Amino acid sequence: MSAFLSSLREMFSLSFMVYALLSGIFISVCASLLGVSLVLKRFSMIGDGLSHVAFGTLAVATAMNVAPLKLSVPVVIASAFLLLRLNEKGKLKGDAMIALISTSSLAVGAMAVSLSSGMNIDIYNYMFGSILTLSRGDVLLSAALAAVVIPSYRILYNKIFTVTFDGDFARATGIRTGLYDTVLAVFTALTIVLGMRFMGTLLISALVVFPPLTSMRLFKSFRGVVLCSALLPVVSFLSGLLISYFFSTPPGASVVCVSLLLFLLFSLLGKIVRREKKQEK
Amino acid sequence: MSLIACDRLTLSYDGRPVLSELSFAVEPGEYLIIVGENGSGKSTLIKALLGLKAPSAGQIVYGDGLKSREIGYLPQRIELQKDFPASVREVILSGCLNRHGLFSRYSEADRRDAAFQAERLGIAGLKNRSFSELSGGQQQRVLLARALCAAKKMILLDEPAAGLDPEATAEFYEILKKLHREGVTVVMVSHDLLAAVRYASRILRIGNGGCASFSPEEFRKTLSGSEGRACP
Repeated sequence: MSAFLSSLREMFSLSFMVYALLSGIFISVCASLLGVSLVLKRFSMIGDGLSHVAFGTLAVATAMNVAPLKLSVPVVIASAFLLLRLNEKGKLKGDAMIALISTSSLAVGAMAVSLSSGMNIDIYNYMFGSILTLSRGDVLLSAALAAVVIPSYRILYNKIFTVTFDGDFARATGIRTGLYDTVLAVFTALTIVLGMRFMGTLLISALVVFPPLTSMRLFKSFRGVVLCSALLPVVSFLSGLLISYFFSTPPGASVVCVSLLLFLLFSLLGKIVRREKKQEK
Repeated sequence: MSLIACDRLTLSYDGRPVLSELSFAVEPGEYLIIVGENGSGKSTLIKALLGLKAPSAGQIVYGDGLKSREIGYLPQRIELQKDFPASVREVILSGCLNRHGLFSRYSEADRRDAAFQAERLGIAGLKNRSFSELSGGQQQRVLLARALCAAKKMILLDEPAAGLDPEATAEFYEILKKLHREGVTVVMVSHDLLAAVRYASRILRIGNGGCASFSPEEFRKTLSGSEGRACP
């Protein structure tokens, strides 16, 4: 036990580990709050599409020697608008468009990486994430994002519920639903750009979809799902990071594996609870 | 004073009129059923009444202190994910949102109103149930309770019986009848002509570029052939 504690101490004496833990928790709580609306509005794939766009812009920025965020933030936000708009007009079109945008961004990114460095080692980091590059600045950025997203969510909570549950009714009561979708898109884009460096392009959308889906196995009210979704990423990120440190596994993948385990656990619990309820009746 | 007066209202999509020169009024306390064929512009009219679609000509005047956002709206069946997490209480309370500004937190009065409407519609016992697990009829009652929370003076229903089984449909119409007797102004869009004859205090038929207003008796006769009065 004391050996474990001392290695824990050792782990958190590494500054990048502390940075990873802090920015990871900030980002993943934002991602899962936004994820509740995205999943329930069937926009889950948008998160995935945006992460690919983020990959493309990051690679191009690196090749052009531009600060990555300067290029990827505006481009990813623009793509978020585009995807949401397309999704409004028709499901199939939006779906196909996401595939189109995802794969094109991936291809452009891969070309940029190979042309600039001629090496494929960076691609691995982009794909699966790395925490070694995280800096103090990244922590501050993610803290700033959380400081905007979480209070906004709290303030607008009741309206977010109505917009998500029944857009027609929301519009009829004078809520500008388009504005909410726009804000959702911008926040999601920022969350993905900031989070993909440690989660990786291929895994970042797990932060968006896992917590709400997991919470929905057990909770049947919106409030329950939102609260549980806000707590779950803290658990999965902390334990994912520990696993990654002690077993030298990629951090992003470790977090997703923990999320998957939690999802299975909640599904099982949900089944048991429902069976008990049926028997009571 | 009329709650809503439409004056030579024309509504268009992409420059093509769906409804033209429509003039009618909704009087306080009436139970108006608007009937029309599919594609006659009923849904467009609803959007316009709710202030979600601007008329391309003519105007809609709200009277008696009514604002478009204070119409209690019951949308046509909403398509929800099967496991959408929402408790009945959360759904009903969301009807109170239009009373608040940007920083919307429900007040004690909101909660009391939500509880009152649930009681009124006989769904108080369901308040902690999950909305998506309810039967179609129960869901419509919950949405009606939400509409009543949002409504100051009138409710507007879009095909509320679509997809309900006959028994649930009859129950729902009885509830509406009771609400109307209690003084709620009801405007309903429907293609259920028999229900229109049976429950409405007045019937408005739209389509073919015009509209006609009928009393239930007159409308019953048109079902067997003859015509009603043309709208003014």
